[in-house]
Amino acid sequence: MGEIRLMKGNEALAEAMIRAGCDAYFGYPITPQSEVIEYLSREAPKKSKMVVLQAESELGAINMIYGAAGCGKRVMTTSSSPGISLMQEGLSYIASAQLPCLVANINRGGPGLGTIQPSQSDYMQAVKGGGHGDYHLIVLAPYSVQEMVDFVKIGFELAEKYRNPVMILADGAIGQMMEKVELFDFIERNQEAPEWATVGRRPGKDRVFITSLFIQPEKMEEVNKILQAKYREVEKKEVRYQQLNIEDAEYLLTGYGLGARICMKAMEIGREKGYKIGLIRPITLYPFPYNVYNELAPKIKGILDVEMNAGQMLEDVKLAVDGKTTVKFYGRMGGMIPTPEEIIESFENHFIYGGKNV
Amino acid sequence: MSEIPTIEINKETIIKPENLVYKPPKTLFDTPMHYCPGCGHSTVHKIFMEVVEEMGIENDIIGVAPVGCSVFAYYYMNVDMQEAAHGRACAVATGIKRVLPDKFVFTYQGDGDFAAIGTAESIHAANRGENFLVIFINNAVYGMTSGQMAPTTLYDMVSTTTPYGRDPKIHGHPFKITDLIAQLPGAVYVTRQSVHTTANVRKAKKALRKALEIQKLNLGFQLVEIVSNCPSNWRMTPLESLKFIEEQMLPFYPLGDLKVPEGI
Repeated sequence: MGEIRLMKGNEALAEAMIRAGCDAYFGYPITPQSEVIEYLSREAPKKSKMVVLQAESELGAINMIYGAAGCGKRVMTTSSSPGISLMQEGLSYIASAQLPCLVANINRGGPGLGTIQPSQSDYMQAVKGGGHGDYHLIVLAPYSVQEMVDFVKIGFELAEKYRNPVMILADGAIGQMMEKVELFDFIERNQEAPEWATVGRRPGKDRVFITSLFIQPEKMEEVNKILQAKYREVEKKEVRYQQLNIEDAEYLLTGYGLGARICMKAMEIGREKGYKIGLIRPITLYPFPYNVYNELAPKIKGILDVEMNAGQMLEDVKLAVDGKTTVKFYGRMGGMIPTPEEIIESFENHFIYGGKNV
Repeated sequence: MSEIPTIEINKETIIKPENLVYKPPKTLFDTPMHYCPGCGHSTVHKIFMEVVEEMGIENDIIGVAPVGCSVFAYYYMNVDMQEAAHGRACAVATGIKRVLPDKFVFTYQGDGDFAAIGTAESIHAANRGENFLVIFINNAVYGMTSGQMAPTTLYDMVSTTTPYGRDPKIHGHPFKITDLIAQLPGAVYVTRQSVHTTANVRKAKKALRKALEIQKLNLGFQLVEIVSNCPSNWRMTPLESLKFIEEQMLPFYPLGDLKVPEGI
């Protein structure tokens, strides 16, 4: 059993980074995730040789990530919504150049400068591309402080396996709340640079260059095909989800991250009232667990999708269900968090009272 | 009058080892460059790669190419390289140098990349004293996008976006970013050179060598600005463009060292 501690989500994420053998962190402070760089600045020098650098901006940070990732190092940055928007250019380049890195978005309410309160309004940006060009991030959605820790390790492994940027999409509440966590032990990593990394020419071998520029359309299409083949493999092998009370479920609540966690309480309340409610929580938002919904849908009377946004994952749930059952939505926006009672009320309005009070 | 001996000259005789008086450095790929005739980029590529070869550091150096005319610098320089997003070369180089502090790192950037879109990255890398070299090519125009105003475009200079000449009331002033960076404590070697005459090519090469020697000593940020030309977008012959450097560019961008570390 690993070390048990009571930790804030952002600090647990930072501690996991140190333990995962992260070589470099480049970031820029933004609420509600500034604890990450503060924790690393304080703790990393005591426990590791990690480079921790406060960049001049998120633009600077993500391009430092590009440079260091290109040297074959394990690298990570974190930010929150407006800062993540600034990083989209860099993420597109990183995806195209096929560099591994881990990015955490501690989502706050938007659009614009928005609010510093938790939100899930960056779902589309995270899972559908975000920057220019046809690409995907692999997106992991933690619903607890424990998963903030676990997903750092898994995130680095996925990034390096697929040479693709991975995003941990959490929200301000997961980042700020304190919970008991079990930390994994410090990981000793093979420090040998992969052959695609720019570390200086290897004697007897061709030099290496890293680029996202393929000016000949034939070549650019070829690169796109390589990326798409990689995404198909990711979709086949890396889908992660949790399901609860599926066996006898007549209805489903679904959501991710904090939304799913609140749904778990709502499900309990609903079950006490006699409603046979199950729950699906996608853990990877890309790749999305389409098949899980699709296979359950014919047996289900209705699904209530709950998000802290205007209904973004809703589109994927509807695609997954493919018309085989009814999908309704309940969401709060702009940094507001739904209560379990609100969710059950919405559930009853839609599915028990036939939408009369909606 | 003595008789001049007739020698049969053909390709085979020229490339006999005893007849070779010059060869490009091994650090340059033997490939045609895409630069326009008369452009200074190829000269700077060559002298810099000569320096790398002469110092014997070709296996210990990582370069960052920009967006602009020299976007394909990595097709010519036979060393490990990364292609950065427009303006972000100094951030990318920071990432590289911070994780590989024992390697030499350089960026190669034009005026738009270094002094317009990348100003924040450039100035902050310099101010942090990042220990890498920036080779900054200032030809006062956007070459790759064919002739728009650059941050360094001179007063009254015509470009496709200043068709009536650069008017500071409308377009702002030519930006002497090198002078500005020389004020920063993190920048330790700041110099302005050119490659428009043979003598200047030699001086520029010495400056590039000095910069890498300073990098070896881990002293801080090195900036070598090279005032260059753009015959195509200046709408001049190569010779006219060299004259323009001499008569118009150099009075505004005077050559010489702006800052040299003590004792170097």
